[in-house]
Amino acid sequence: MNNLLEAHSVSKKFGNFTALNNASIAVPEGSIFGLLGPNGAGKTTLIRIINQITMPDTGQVLLDGQALQPHHIKDIGYLPEERGLYKSMKVGEQALYLAQLKGMQKTEAKKRLLEWFERLDIGDWWNKKIQELSKGMAQKIQFVVTVLHEPKLLIFDEPFSGFDPINANIIKDEILRLKNEGATVIFSTHRMESVEELCDHIALLHKSNKILDGNLMAIKKQYKTNTYEVGINAENHGVVERALAERFSTTAADFRTIGNELKLNVKLSEKDTANDLLSYLTTQGQVSHFVELIPSVNDIFIEAVKNN
Amino acid sequence: MNHLPLIIKREYLTKVRNKSFVVMTILSPLIMIGLILLVTYLSQLNNNKVKTVAILDESGVIKELFEDTETTKYHRFDNVTLENAKQISKEKEYYGLLHIDELSNLENISKHVNFYSEDSPSLTLISDLEFKLGEELTNLKMIEEDIDLQKIEASKISVNINQENFSGEKTSKIDSMTKIAFGVATGYLLFMFIIIYGNMIMRSVIEEKTSRIVEIIISSVKPVQLMLGKIIGTSLAGVTQFVIWIVLGSILMVVLPLVLGIDLSQMQTPQQQVLQQAVESQGSGDLLQSIFFAVRSLPLLNLVIAFVLFFLSGYLLYSSLYAAIGAAVDNETDTQQFMLPIIMPLILAVYVGGFTVIEDPHGTVSTIFSFIPLTSPVVMLMRIPFGVPIWQQVLSLMILIGTFMFTVWFAAKIYRVGILMYGKKTSYKELIKWIKY
Repeated sequence: MNNLLEAHSVSKKFGNFTALNNASIAVPEGSIFGLLGPNGAGKTTLIRIINQITMPDTGQVLLDGQALQPHHIKDIGYLPEERGLYKSMKVGEQALYLAQLKGMQKTEAKKRLLEWFERLDIGDWWNKKIQELSKGMAQKIQFVVTVLHEPKLLIFDEPFSGFDPINANIIKDEILRLKNEGATVIFSTHRMESVEELCDHIALLHKSNKILDGNLMAIKKQYKTNTYEVGINAENHGVVERALAERFSTTAADFRTIGNELKLNVKLSEKDTANDLLSYLTTQGQVSHFVELIPSVNDIFIEAVKNN
Repeated sequence: MNHLPLIIKREYLTKVRNKSFVVMTILSPLIMIGLILLVTYLSQLNNNKVKTVAILDESGVIKELFEDTETTKYHRFDNVTLENAKQISKEKEYYGLLHIDELSNLENISKHVNFYSEDSPSLTLISDLEFKLGEELTNLKMIEEDIDLQKIEASKISVNINQENFSGEKTSKIDSMTKIAFGVATGYLLFMFIIIYGNMIMRSVIEEKTSRIVEIIISSVKPVQLMLGKIIGTSLAGVTQFVIWIVLGSILMVVLPLVLGIDLSQMQTPQQQVLQQAVESQGSGDLLQSIFFAVRSLPLLNLVIAFVLFFLSGYLLYSSLYAAIGAAVDNETDTQQFMLPIIMPLILAVYVGGFTVIEDPHGTVSTIFSFIPLTSPVVMLMRIPFGVPIWQQVLSLMILIGTFMFTVWFAAKIYRVGILMYGKKTSYKELIKWIKY
């Protein structure tokens, strides 16, 4: 797969403060790329560098294999975390202005705007001023403005903040639709749960350093510990527990069930397989629960930070 | 991609369509003209009241010295005591009572003249009385000393110096007046323009920050472009407003007095009187004609070119500073600490222009201030009508343009960093740091 965007050893200092230290990322074409990290990790700095708002001290960013140039702004759509619109300007006029700044022709922009407004049910807002709209409504306009010029690369910084669940869902569907139409999406957030359902690739930033990146599933595979969550009904819980502890390394587990079974986390050694464990368990009692523990993005993040 | 025209267009249109802008544009000349008319009307009202001044002359020195005028009537008391005279003046609500005591000789008369009144009397009235008395008594004294008054009158010589510069151009007081008027008008115009529209630029930058749209814009255009677009767009709106003000003001100035029946020529300022005297003493008679000639004798071409250049670079210099301030702060209340360094040189320039330049347009202070970049636009514009060597103008302009380019660079730096800084209170130290980012 081609990389639409590559950042090579990008560093940026503000005075004595290092905002980004030698960070490299590669965003495959057509993927949804999660840029993760706590507040102040350097996500916004990296995004601003990609948008040519700030210049990196060292390092290089390539879009489609070319070093970033001013004309690339029309290939990027950016929804910043700190976002707003001119309060006293009319919706339509404002959207047209912003589209023209991205290099679109006025007539083309107007046509597409009307399409989008119809799709998102905001047709009759054209002559309203932003200050007359609710925050969620303004956010919708903002989303439309970001994607209107059909850029190859879309960058969303905390896109769901400020949306109610219904509108957040609409926006999520739109993001997925854009991805299916061929757009590449960079998605920056510190909310890990939205990453799980959307992202194909992730990069973790922590204290201005990139500490992990790659395909999300590959990372999960790499971080899984071969541990299974097991529930078993036996006559004597103590006996089974001791027997299991002899063959495998076990710890107590805590999950919700309706019965009163023995709950354990069983970690397999490298030579054991899940089938070995399962067939052994069946000899000990009635198996009611058997799940492989796959680390969540959150777990991976905490683990990665600890190892660093 | 060059988005400058687009940004200028948006800035211009939003400014011009803004309701308060429209209201200000129409209302300001109305209010101004209204005030002028009101003041004229009130001063007419004030003068129309006839004052009566009572005179009790126990010395007998003044006989028919005081004659009634339109606004002041004199009432002479004879054979009453001072107490009675006071009493009567009070009862009849006279404006006041002038009392001249009996005196033995003329020298110490000043100790024997008193003025009694209910309230403190108007200054003009007192000085008028003093002048008339002084003149009369001087004459009396001269007669007493056996000096022939007619001889003195005949030996008085009035001098009116003809001014001419070395290259033979005639100048006069009218010329100087016209030059001062030109200089002051252009200087103040620039001053007003900077204050009004510089502030407007600053507010518009702050608005973009508080509405959080700036990052979206900045991802499409360069900050410098946005800043220049703002400055130019706002300035064009300013020019529009100024032109409307002048046109509307002139129309109102002509129409309103006719409608309301107020005679504006009644309002005479001291300057006008000086001008009038200057014209009369020259014997040319027609004020308008003299002014016309004076204007024609000004270095008009130089003036127009210099006006455009100095006005533009001076205005751009200040407005880029205003834009930088707007970018450095979060809301208007935080601008105070940065405003002082901008306002100070401006006010200094106007003061230097208003006093020093008029006193001596080519003195050391005026000359130096017409080279210092932050004051030079105003001061140089005020000096030019008096004839400034071209090399000085060019040098001053070069310094100004150099500073202007530096300031735009500096402001752009602050602007670029500042617009993306939210919620921080900025200090000067921080600003210096931003330059290095």
